[in-house]
Amino acid sequence: MSSDIRFTDFKSDKQPTWCPGCGDFGTMNGMMKALAETGNDPDNTFVVAGIGCSGKIGTYMHSYALHGVHGRALPVGTGVKMARPDIEVMVAGGDGDGYSIGAGHFVHAVRRNVDMTYVVMDNRIYGLTKGQASPTSREDFETSTSPDGPKQPPVNPHALALASGATFIAQSFSSDALRHQEIIQKAVEHDGFGFVNVYSPCVTFNDVDTYDYFRDSLVDLKETDHDPSDREDAKDVILNSDQEYQGVIYQDEDSVPYHEQHGVDEDMSVIPDGAPEGATDLVREFY
Amino acid sequence: MAADFNWAVGGEAGDGIDSTGKIFAQALSRAGRHVFTSKDFASRIRGGYTAYKVRTSVDKVQSVVDRLDVLIALTPRTIEENLDELHEGSVIIYDGERTTMQDVEIPGEMTGIDVPLKRLAEEAGGAIMRNVVALGAACEVAAFPIENLDSALEKRFKDKGQKLVDNNKEAARAGRSYVAEEFDHEFDYDLETTDADYVLLNGDEAIGMGAIAAGCRFYAGYPITPATDVMTYLTGRIERYGGHVVQAEDELSAINMALGAARGGARSMTATSGPGIDLMTETFGLIATSETPLVICNVMRSGPSTGMPTKQEQGDLNGMLYGGHGEIPRFVLAPTTIDECFWKTVEAFNLAEKYQLPVYLTADLSMAVTEQTFSPETFDMDEVEVDRGFVVDEADIDDHMSDSGGFQPHEITDDGISPRAFPGTADGAHMSTGLEHDEQGRRTEDTEMRVEQVDKRNRKVETARDREDWSPRELGDSDAETLVITWGSNEGALGEAVDLLDDEGIDVRVLSVPYIFPRPDLTDDVQSADDVIVVECNEQGQFADLVEHDVLARVDRINKYNGVRFKADELADDIKAALAEGAEA
Repeated sequence: MSSDIRFTDFKSDKQPTWCPGCGDFGTMNGMMKALAETGNDPDNTFVVAGIGCSGKIGTYMHSYALHGVHGRALPVGTGVKMARPDIEVMVAGGDGDGYSIGAGHFVHAVRRNVDMTYVVMDNRIYGLTKGQASPTSREDFETSTSPDGPKQPPVNPHALALASGATFIAQSFSSDALRHQEIIQKAVEHDGFGFVNVYSPCVTFNDVDTYDYFRDSLVDLKETDHDPSDREDAKDVILNSDQEYQGVIYQDEDSVPYHEQHGVDEDMSVIPDGAPEGATDLVREFY
Repeated sequence: MAADFNWAVGGEAGDGIDSTGKIFAQALSRAGRHVFTSKDFASRIRGGYTAYKVRTSVDKVQSVVDRLDVLIALTPRTIEENLDELHEGSVIIYDGERTTMQDVEIPGEMTGIDVPLKRLAEEAGGAIMRNVVALGAACEVAAFPIENLDSALEKRFKDKGQKLVDNNKEAARAGRSYVAEEFDHEFDYDLETTDADYVLLNGDEAIGMGAIAAGCRFYAGYPITPATDVMTYLTGRIERYGGHVVQAEDELSAINMALGAARGGARSMTATSGPGIDLMTETFGLIATSETPLVICNVMRSGPSTGMPTKQEQGDLNGMLYGGHGEIPRFVLAPTTIDECFWKTVEAFNLAEKYQLPVYLTADLSMAVTEQTFSPETFDMDEVEVDRGFVVDEADIDDHMSDSGGFQPHEITDDGISPRAFPGTADGAHMSTGLEHDEQGRRTEDTEMRVEQVDKRNRKVETARDREDWSPRELGDSDAETLVITWGSNEGALGEAVDLLDDEGIDVRVLSVPYIFPRPDLTDDVQSADDVIVVECNEQGQFADLVEHDVLARVDRINKYNGVRFKADELADDIKAALAEGAEA
């Protein structure tokens, strides 16, 4: 593994089929840069992707990867990391993949605090199926399947994460390239489950949550007196802020990742060519 | 066969029936007697009726029978539930001082042994040992040396301190002495002991032990009767061999975690029962398409839906063979005995890795919760072989690169088997996906590559058919004109049934089939027999359908799977071509 890895080494030879201007380009670039900056290379990195526009990311990146079934990316990432603590695991998905069909897994992945990074490319719309409401769509957002808006409050993923015991919660914006990369990098470096919700605008089907909207409304927590190590502060931002924000919202500096809690530190791919040493003890237990 | 002895303890859930029965079974096993146990239980934590039954002989026993010789009845219902199995010589041990048992009537010619179980237990140190007093009483009735019970009590209670062990031994002796002193009665039973060494385990435990032996390092599961014991067994044990168990939030997660670990290069498995299989089926196609080796254990129970969750059935065969959308190559293994649960688990891991596909390993409730004795050599760990199939490392990965320099995990090969590179292997980075893909794993909808990949995946199955041994096990009289075919856990009962039929002069040949797919071709066996009977624990005869299917006349087939619909002119040509071939043949 060479030390002169550049972020372009994480690019595959497949050209993305995302719409020109899609937020996912910027999201992916930041992920690749963060991986390169943290000393990883494609051969020791495993990217797990779900289904949807976001799910295509595994195809456009170059690394070990699995493009799985809809909503189950986090369990796959969990399995990879447990079997291979030596491998850097990054899981990517969309708002539908993570907060709708996969919402149950999200809560439990947060609780487990497995040492991996979870990037949600949140465009507040179902793009690949041509524009239906997503779990983060606004209550009055009109779509083909919700002509008068979904009339349900959007999921607050950060609140869900905080309530589930998250040790790292962040928010970034795909178009603010430097900040986005910096935030993803912090998530990668975090000892535990690094969760980043990324505003990744859909230029084709979402005319509300646009680049302009986020540019005009985003407050960077770095420029406020927000203290990310303070859970109460984080709670206040997540539950009471009526503004869009970016930055690290919460980080538990004392986070103990799953593999340390449970002593899961072996490379499980290495096994003997017969029964493991001491296997006969198992038979004796049945006397 | 030497005389067998059938014993049971029954009461309400929460009465400690299971552990009482297990102690007695263990005592018999340690005394060099063969044991076969079964459980009557319900899906509830307290109340109802539950029983633990033990059949024992100095010869091998591998089935339950409809006869009960000694019954410890903690409730009146225990007697009612077993009236069909009790006979004139049966002995019923009960506590006439227990409120609910005061008015109990011992039926017909049976012998009632009224022992103040609770009072004697209290005198020995605590009412909780009431069942152990009953075990002591049972030892006296069955002329079974109580020292064997001591050994089982030590195993059961040693972690809780010597005092408790001693109290229990005293309680057992109180029960024995009470019967000896109060009942001037000769019982007909005499449980002789032997010097044989046996281990006692159930099917779930055999599967768990097989997994560790085979090098399984990762298990993810969600608790469900009757598969939970696999997970319970592995928890606390697999860690000693460098592995880990995760209790997932649901079966969807469990199978995807197992899939992730397998992509990481670990031998990985999950276990569940029918309702969990339904959820896991979502990921089944992905496992097969991404060519990931995975062992999925299905311990069947009575369905559909929640069905009868604590009862026996072999109803999931079609679900395992055909479940999931699209066409999914898979193997289905069905061990027919408890010891085979161990060996077939080892085999399942080897097959999964050699052919890079999902392998169903199916047991059923009867086998999962039944304990049986075996000589320890049955599970000779030196005989376990691990074959990881076609795995490439940094030295030989260059031979499997595309022209553009990408590793080809789905390389088109003659036998259909492609190279695998574990994460961390230099230059091995690649994508695995549920999308149709090219040799490098990149998405494609190219009609030719689609067909090549489908054919390649199916070719693995044909390769396996040729290279592996899929034979059934033969029992009974090989020259008999009646052929009985079965699969799964029925073999034990069928084996003894053949002996009973033999006593009546009826010859039967039995084929017990542990492979559902690929499976042995039984055409010649079926056609050469006068009568063919397929025995299985379900209503529709799912395996019988397969047997009939296999011996049917062949039809010509026209198939298309490149992603394009049939076109009229093309179809006319195809039919003409098929007819021409038929004419030549």
